[in-house]
Amino acid sequence: MKQLLLLSGKGGTGKTTVATALIQLSKAKAYADCDVDAPNLHLVMGAFEEEETKPYYDLPKAVIDPSLCIDCDLCYQVCRFDAITQNPYSVIPHLCEGCTYCVHVCPTEAITLQATVAGTIELKKRGDETFSTATLKMGSGTTGLLVTEVKKQIKDTAEFAILDGSPGIGCPVIASLTGVDLVLMIAEPSVSGFSDLQRVIQSAHQLGVPSCVIVNKSDVNEALTSVIRDFCAEESIPFLGTIPYDKEAVTAINEGRSILERESLASQAIQVIYHRVIKELEAL
Amino acid sequence: MKIAVLSGKGGTGKTLVSVNLAAVADSGGYFDCDVEEPNGHLFLKPSLIEEEEVTSLKPVVDMDLCDGCKICVQACVYKALAYIPGELMIFDEICHACGLCTYLCPQKALTETPRLIGKVTRGKRGTLTVHTGVMNVGQSSGVAIIKELLNQLDDDLSIIDSPPGSGCLVHETIEHADYCILVAEPTIFGAQNLALVHELTQVLNKPCGVLLNKVEEGTNPSQIYANEHGLKVLASIPYDPYLALESSNANLIVEKSEKYRAFFTTLLKEVIDEATLTAQR
Repeated sequence: MKQLLLLSGKGGTGKTTVATALIQLSKAKAYADCDVDAPNLHLVMGAFEEEETKPYYDLPKAVIDPSLCIDCDLCYQVCRFDAITQNPYSVIPHLCEGCTYCVHVCPTEAITLQATVAGTIELKKRGDETFSTATLKMGSGTTGLLVTEVKKQIKDTAEFAILDGSPGIGCPVIASLTGVDLVLMIAEPSVSGFSDLQRVIQSAHQLGVPSCVIVNKSDVNEALTSVIRDFCAEESIPFLGTIPYDKEAVTAINEGRSILERESLASQAIQVIYHRVIKELEAL
Repeated sequence: MKIAVLSGKGGTGKTLVSVNLAAVADSGGYFDCDVEEPNGHLFLKPSLIEEEEVTSLKPVVDMDLCDGCKICVQACVYKALAYIPGELMIFDEICHACGLCTYLCPQKALTETPRLIGKVTRGKRGTLTVHTGVMNVGQSSGVAIIKELLNQLDDDLSIIDSPPGSGCLVHETIEHADYCILVAEPTIFGAQNLALVHELTQVLNKPCGVLLNKVEEGTNPSQIYANEHGLKVLASIPYDPYLALESSNANLIVEKSEKYRAFFTTLLKEVIDEATLTAQR
């Protein structure tokens, strides 16, 4: 299975909007939302015939039994995550990373581990289409593991899959990059966007995943669009085109439909980009 | 007074709001906690005063002492260690630096050594101190960098620029905040992610208000969410191509436009009043 991932470094550059259009154009049979911190793809993918939801368990977290605690302070001293409070001794669940150090040092076995549901993983089906997404429960933190689970659900269900990624370069992005064939970077023509783009390209490079770049809302700053284009040429990174700012995009999102449904400059640009992305994938 | 600016969704204008609030405050501190993609310094252009490396303690094995008992391998919940005959492998990227393996090793074959994971820089822009955290590319968690960055929070006015999302980095960022500004876009994506961060502020018991950004004519799902959930709308910024252009060039809009200077000055005052009021309640 070939997998295309959409990333951007900076948030809000248009990953989900472009992903929606590419899913439609490619008639992809498998797609996933890897932005488990702030998932949105489900809002524009319409209704599904089948939906299967299962709980996602975080690493078990420590719990202190106050009736067994002798206030020895050892757990407080060893915790590296500032997850234990004194007087009375208790665990702050959202800071606990489940390492179990406190369990090992407690002389009275007052600390035990408790399984916690950290979110849900959803698998949706419509005809021969499979869509994997997830929701992280508030106060949970292990997003990288959840991204890996989301990707597993569509693994080898089709010949081609599109993955909508998350902003940043940390654990969810690293988890989403693992094993994909190509990353399409959706850049924004701003000083911030360019800085973020360079860092995320470096992340993909470290993991051996090739990148290609497009600039969205390119007419907001044509000068910086050129800077990004030149940067890609210098670094030998395929530059696959630009998408102009389009008010229609906001309307399309709010009506829960694809930007392709109405003729616009942006929808024309995405179609050109789509053909270039496919060429890049075929050339791999 | 510590004010955190967050959004759930990326690209809604967190940094725009944070840097301009910090610029009109003209004192205290600006803390860029988006350590994966820090951008505030590009706008505030501080003169550097100090830079410190941030390290994390990772285990290193002395194979002359390791007898292959695998106690560390079995104890590590992150599966950051693996033993093959003659070699103990340690995966630094997966390691959470909890220290358990080193503590448990009966042979004292493991020791913790500092590994560079990023840096914290502190600079000055007039009387404003600009604090920036930067995570090295390839690292998986910036939590330790945020901790280091925020250890200089004091009672002065502090504007804390949060990373996107609602995960562990955001928790760490708003842990010490007195008040949260939730910046939201006028789309169903914006509203969905506003709901997520709103829920997070409730879990962490933080008072908050909404700032509607890039507002255009037509329905604003984020405004609808705010109204339905009794969230105070602090202010609303209409979509403005001039603002978009100046911001894309990393210019501070409060230095370019009297209108925006007045807007952010009023916003800052209102947020401080609002935060003081909720603190008294």
